[in-house]
Amino acid sequence: MQTAISIETIRKDFPILQRKVRDNKSLVYLDNASTSQKPIQVIDAINNYYKNQNANIHRAVYALAEEATEAYEKTREKIAKFLNIQNREEIIFVRGTTEAINLVAYSWGRQNIIKDDIIVTTEYEHHSNIVPWQLLAKEKGAKLEYIGIDDNGELILDHLDSYLATGKVKLVTFSQMSNVLGTITNTDEIIKRCKKAGVKTLIDGAQSVPHMKVDLSKLGCDFFAFSAHKMLGPTGVGVLWVRKEVLETMQPFHGGGDMIREVHKYETTWNDLPYKFEAGTPNIADVIGFSAAIDYLNKIGMDNIRNHEIELTKYALDKMSKVKGITIYGTNDITKRGGVISFNFHDVHPHDVATIIDKDGVAIRSGHHCAQVLMERLDVAATNRASFYVYNTKQEVDALIGSLNKVAELFKL
Amino acid sequence: MTGDPIYTEMIIEYSKHPSNFGEIENPDISRHDSNPLCGDSIDLQIKINDNKVSDVKFKGKGCSICMACTSVLTEMIKGKDLNDIKKIEKDDVLGELGLQHLIRTSPVRIKCALLSLKALKYGIYSYFVEKMNDEKSAGNLKEEATNLY
Repeated sequence: MQTAISIETIRKDFPILQRKVRDNKSLVYLDNASTSQKPIQVIDAINNYYKNQNANIHRAVYALAEEATEAYEKTREKIAKFLNIQNREEIIFVRGTTEAINLVAYSWGRQNIIKDDIIVTTEYEHHSNIVPWQLLAKEKGAKLEYIGIDDNGELILDHLDSYLATGKVKLVTFSQMSNVLGTITNTDEIIKRCKKAGVKTLIDGAQSVPHMKVDLSKLGCDFFAFSAHKMLGPTGVGVLWVRKEVLETMQPFHGGGDMIREVHKYETTWNDLPYKFEAGTPNIADVIGFSAAIDYLNKIGMDNIRNHEIELTKYALDKMSKVKGITIYGTNDITKRGGVISFNFHDVHPHDVATIIDKDGVAIRSGHHCAQVLMERLDVAATNRASFYVYNTKQEVDALIGSLNKVAELFKL
Repeated sequence: MTGDPIYTEMIIEYSKHPSNFGEIENPDISRHDSNPLCGDSIDLQIKINDNKVSDVKFKGKGCSICMACTSVLTEMIKGKDLNDIKKIEKDDVLGELGLQHLIRTSPVRIKCALLSLKALKYGIYSYFVEKMNDEKSAGNLKEEATNLY
């Protein structure tokens, strides 16, 4: 492995990886696309806030409130640096990717989408990048269209061209990495074509930001959403980034405290960006925990993480393809694939597979992965999915393979 | 996997060759139900003659537990009187396959096991209420279905 990192040292930072499950089996956690585990540094940061700094932010003048505010706002600075964002006021804290996308649909969408407009998404989106647009389209009489995928699990960009050619597209929204197939989207090409057509773009970065270097100054999209909990951080925190020129035109999402400048009986003026979009007491503790997660990722280095996962995914794809009766979905081109492997055994239902290998302490996901549109496209009810992160090892892949062989044997494949 | 109390020969056999799999023409009861968490999805169809189940079929996609339990349930109700079928309980289905322990050990998988029983109870409820205009015979079936798991 060409990484300069020691996985064994990293693993020691994750208390949960030391525990045993079921019949005293070592935990093999391979459901990272769903949520990642948390290092002790993140857990300690949250603990420390509640033990020593707990106070509401942005208002009170006493010491605790100042400390809490500073810690909270420092996370924003760190995110700006982490993703190469020039303006910190473009960073809005939300509950997660889902809320971020809903915010855009509600605020920007309701202002800008009108009857017969087209919103374009893709066949490999998570429900969180489909349902908010369905709601909006129904409300406005607009249309939702899909960029299809080919048999390698890659987007067919000709579809995008034909939608753009109608001149009716207002937004193209897509994930940078599929949560089922692991496909890394050809983001640059999509944005290039959309820009040429004067169309806004939204990127769902929930799967990409945790696993590869992302540079928002270079990308050139208009909206970008991701979640802390898939990148070693706590649940309940996410980020919506919006290009300033766009954000400045947007009406608020939630009304309430902190998002106002002045409130009178019948009129209110809004607070500055980004606070205009952060109504109510935010999830202070977990934002501070998120800060520790970014420190941790920076310490390892995003390129090292990506390289480790490439190595692991290659190893796993090679071994898994030799398991009897298995079908693996998505591309074999590792440069176009993140550490996500979806697979099926003939007609054995994924829930049976997951239950059987759970007895060995191996945790994978089975189901539709909140991507039923993609399941329809693949013509399956569900898939099994193993997904890796920086703390996973080849030994764990071996454990997965061992358990999968048991499934093949049990179902006489 | 000999120590695994779920994946017995019988369950694997049923999952590969489910009983009463298919469709009925003009069924008297037709009920679709699914498990949003795992994607099990079944269509249960029943033909009633003289208050008895003259034929029953199901189709759908599901895990082996779902397929096996649905198979067993269809075998149990074929030829039986609806008033007897109404009384079928969780343990009757689970017991046939030695899966009673699921209630205790697997709150997730119990939903796979009981999906068909839920569909059956709803289906008979609708049949009595909507087709036969007989609320009395429908009894508590709707509540039983709702509270099954």
